[in-house]
Amino acid sequence: MESIKKDVMELLKENSRTSAADMAVMLNAEEQAVLEAIRALEDEKLILKYTAILNEEKLADSHAVTALIEVRVSPMREMGFDAIARRIYRFEEVESVFLMSGAYDLMVLIKGDSMRQIAFFVAQKLATIDGVLSTATHFVLKKYKELGVVFETAEEEVRLPVTP
Amino acid sequence: MRIEDRVAAHVAQVPPSGIRKFFDIVSEMKDAISLSVGEPDFVTPWNIRENAIYALERGRTHYTSNSGLMELRELICQYYHQRFGVSYQPGQVLVTVGASEAIDLAVRALVEPGDEVLIPAPSYVSYEPTVALAHGVPVPIPTSAADSFKLDPQVVRSLITPKTKAMVLPYPNNPTGAVMGREDLLALARVLEDTDVVVISDEIYAELTYGADHVSIASIPSMFDRTIVINGFSKAFAMTGWRLGYAIAHPALLGAMLKIHQFTMLCANIMSQYAGVEALRHGLDSGFASVDAMRREYDRRRNYIVAGLNRMGLTCFEPRGAFYAFPSIQSTGMKSEEFCEKLLYAKQVAVVPGTAFGSFGEGFVRISYAASLENIKTALGRIEEFIEGR
Repeated sequence: MESIKKDVMELLKENSRTSAADMAVMLNAEEQAVLEAIRALEDEKLILKYTAILNEEKLADSHAVTALIEVRVSPMREMGFDAIARRIYRFEEVESVFLMSGAYDLMVLIKGDSMRQIAFFVAQKLATIDGVLSTATHFVLKKYKELGVVFETAEEEVRLPVTP
Repeated sequence: MRIEDRVAAHVAQVPPSGIRKFFDIVSEMKDAISLSVGEPDFVTPWNIRENAIYALERGRTHYTSNSGLMELRELICQYYHQRFGVSYQPGQVLVTVGASEAIDLAVRALVEPGDEVLIPAPSYVSYEPTVALAHGVPVPIPTSAADSFKLDPQVVRSLITPKTKAMVLPYPNNPTGAVMGREDLLALARVLEDTDVVVISDEIYAELTYGADHVSIASIPSMFDRTIVINGFSKAFAMTGWRLGYAIAHPALLGAMLKIHQFTMLCANIMSQYAGVEALRHGLDSGFASVDAMRREYDRRRNYIVAGLNRMGLTCFEPRGAFYAFPSIQSTGMKSEEFCEKLLYAKQVAVVPGTAFGSFGEGFVRISYAASLENIKTALGRIEEFIEGR
């Protein structure tokens, strides 16, 4: 079970739409065993969500802006950074929150419809949270690669069609 | 003067490659799915490409020593020790322009006119011509699906004559996907021990075995001195176009090979050698994690393709190595070439007729699973339609 779970994770991570039947053939296993592995991975919260990576630049009506915000905070007694992190990640604009080593404490990845909207969020919501000492906002200008996917045109097939 | 007659007879007699005709037809077709490619569908990992670029930037554009960069030869020794448990000194390693050159050097260093070289059949297309071009006599050792395309030591024994100089041992095998395990090799060694036959062990697919790890015949003590190990970077590191290979052998044999290499090739190209250094150094540091990931990926495609072929009645022996399935097409009543040609025209799927690998390949086709799962799926669907629609 453990080894089939590992294989299933690897296959789903590459393509979460791979069918259980196909995975069973590839792994030389029963389809039922694959289905059980998927169920177990979901139950154990090892798989949290199945999603799609969108190429937002191709969406004509999208003006989506991504920003990366460095946040310095003063940790709270007994709670450390967790309480503040929680107050931040509950905003739905916030995509990711990481606790960092180095010059600042939290890295917040945020998505908005415009730079104005993000600026507003930082000024009104983020900077005003108790314990937030300072913020520095960096806007993303262009995405080259995200979650392992390269956005530029991939290298094309250049193999000869028949070789010995 | 007829200019054609000026070509040396032994060259003129070598038949052209059996897959050439196919190549020409497939190249013309727009939407053909090709499962006839003998190279990885992965691009060389970026760290390896990057190191070659770095070598260029530092002006590494000169000749290297004839034997190859010392750094690379040392890494090859570490690699063979760590991955296959065989210990060599850098002085026993010769870096070549692809494993193909290494095979040619081994054959030319050993063979005198009329000497016989045993070659398992079916096998890779180059061995027979290489022997013939060296004025040797290729002697096929028949293998069959019933024996999992392994060598039968008794058959080998029966083919050995006083003229037998060497034997090519190409496992994991292209096109059959057969491997020879330790027990198989020990049985073969018992036959060879009583003879003077030198073994040319082509281990280019050594990293691509499924189920059990590759065993080199050089790891058998009685075979160590008489084995010329041939390997390269093409299949394990997806580096076919770099043309980087190597031979490892007893100094007496390697010295003879080096002599031919230094006067004909001088050295393997230096950018490729630096790429090879990175491939092995990174691999040794990371426990060859990316090679293992690639193997897992091939293994899944292999299961998929073998199950699919067997389901549609193209009986397929389970390949244990390389990236080829070699199903029998006898149930269709067609000859190999006829099958491949009709399949190509009717369904735009290219596979290679078994006869491209010698007459013992009749009744089989080679299907490469170095292709995306998407293409494999579509191609299997089309092959099934082709068989049912006849």
